[in-house]
Amino acid sequence: MGKFTFSSNPSHPRWGEFAIESTIRLLAFSSIGFVILIFFFLIREGLPIFWEVSPDNLFGTRWYPNFGLFGTVPLILGSLLVTVTAILIALPLGVATAVFVREVAPNWAREILKPMIEILAGIPSVVLGFFGMTIVAPLVREVLGAPTGLTAFTGAIILAYMALPTIISVAEDALDAVPKSYRDAGLAMGATQWQTIWRVVVPAARSGIVTAVMLGLGRAIGETMAVMMVTGNAARMPLTLDSLFRPIRTMTATIAAEMGEVAQGSVHYHALFGIGIILFVITFIINATAAVTIFKKPRRGGLR
Amino acid sequence: MSNRHRIQRLGFILLGLISLIVVMPILFVIGNIVVQGIGAINWEFLTAMPRGGMKEGGIFPAIVGTLLLVLGTAVVAIPVGIGGAIYLAEYARDTLWTRILRLAIINLAGVPSVVYGLFGLGLFVLFLQFGVSVLAGSLTLAIMTLPVIISTAEEALRAVPGEFRLVSASLGGTRWQGIRYIVLPQALPGIITGIILGLLRAAGETAPILFTAAAFYLPRIPRSLLEPTMALPYHLYVISTQVPGMPPRVQYGTALVLLTIVLSMNAVAAIIRSYFRRRREW
Repeated sequence: MGKFTFSSNPSHPRWGEFAIESTIRLLAFSSIGFVILIFFFLIREGLPIFWEVSPDNLFGTRWYPNFGLFGTVPLILGSLLVTVTAILIALPLGVATAVFVREVAPNWAREILKPMIEILAGIPSVVLGFFGMTIVAPLVREVLGAPTGLTAFTGAIILAYMALPTIISVAEDALDAVPKSYRDAGLAMGATQWQTIWRVVVPAARSGIVTAVMLGLGRAIGETMAVMMVTGNAARMPLTLDSLFRPIRTMTATIAAEMGEVAQGSVHYHALFGIGIILFVITFIINATAAVTIFKKPRRGGLR
Repeated sequence: MSNRHRIQRLGFILLGLISLIVVMPILFVIGNIVVQGIGAINWEFLTAMPRGGMKEGGIFPAIVGTLLLVLGTAVVAIPVGIGGAIYLAEYARDTLWTRILRLAIINLAGVPSVVYGLFGLGLFVLFLQFGVSVLAGSLTLAIMTLPVIISTAEEALRAVPGEFRLVSASLGGTRWQGIRYIVLPQALPGIITGIILGLLRAAGETAPILFTAAAFYLPRIPRSLLEPTMALPYHLYVISTQVPGMPPRVQYGTALVLLTIVLSMNAVAAIIRSYFRRRREW
């Protein structure tokens, strides 16, 4: 869309206009200020942990704050296990649904699917966590014959559904951006629509689909309430094969569950902010990487 | 039918089935909560204070608390969000600063909700000494909501054709007059949709208010912005994990009230969007 520059009449300096434009600019750039403030306050409250506690302890395998043990490794691995499993579930479901909605579905099916996915995006995480506790966890326990249904796997299922709306809408945009001529060319070569989709359209939308996965990953790793309610919250190292079906503790759940009980300024308090720094840095990297791919192509509207 | 067409037909059926796998649980979640929770909903449940260790009575203070937090969020996030959107859509050129600004907004959208909670605790609750309060919670939620409002509002502003601005300028309007009287009114439905989507997220979030605003049990309406408050999402978390022997009826009832508020906001946004899309003359 073209931009038009207007020259205001120099003999009438418009102070009102100048004030309004300055305000708008100030409001816009406050967003940069907020990011800096977030980082500053995380650092301010969290950085002391790195000299209060020895690196051995901090990157150890045991998280028992009451005994002065602040090993963050089980929490980081717990977050990774749940998040990666969630994405492994959500990626095929999300891409298949995006392909179905964009390429295959008849209009009536699209009219049902798209609003349903928007509704899923709107369901509060605490409601999904509650549903996970009352319905999904007992189901997991019975199917697996595990002693408890509150496992990493249960968390991954819930997280997968929470990441789906992001993955589907971004992947759909990516498919949408593939020119019609690509599809026509595929069909003209005698390929079926099915072959064209998987050998032409999806590969052409590859970078957008990678972005979709990244954003889904960012969403999943930061998710708190639902994960805290269904993963059992045991801070153990997920090293054995059956860890997926055992209770686990994530970084987010640790902060949410323990911050209420710690004294301000204590080592434990600093440790929780330290975990916050790790989370902030991880999501910052994920989102900045996704943003780079968004910057590369011409902008087609923002977040949906 | 040739073999590859048979494969295509099977493939399409498979894709349809996968979409069904995605959609069915959503229906099931909503259906389950409506069926189990509807029995709890009555006048007392919606308008009374909780009694008997929250097992009896109503959830009135939690409902009011959530509405207060959403209101507080709206007061802060709407002007800042619209300002940001106007700047990005109407004024910003592609400079380094604009790119940094966009990167900042994308990252604000990606910051985990519990990290917003930590930030709110550090800045508003402790440093600015607002305490655990409606004010601290609203400000935290507002910053979390900003990127949603900015990106949807920017999209709405960008959708207004350039000719509209040109016509305004040709009639002697200044740039701001063109935005104020021509572009903004045209983009208003899209902007309102964005605001609703942002506030809906604020209404449903728990983690950001966990350490900034939420009270475990406070059977009254907060008297000032500097008091903590009960809130629906936090209340649902409390009664489903922290209170043993909670009757499921009350849990499902609370979940249903929260879900109803959030989904009806969602519906309003969808209606505004589709209504104005049809009425639009360009």
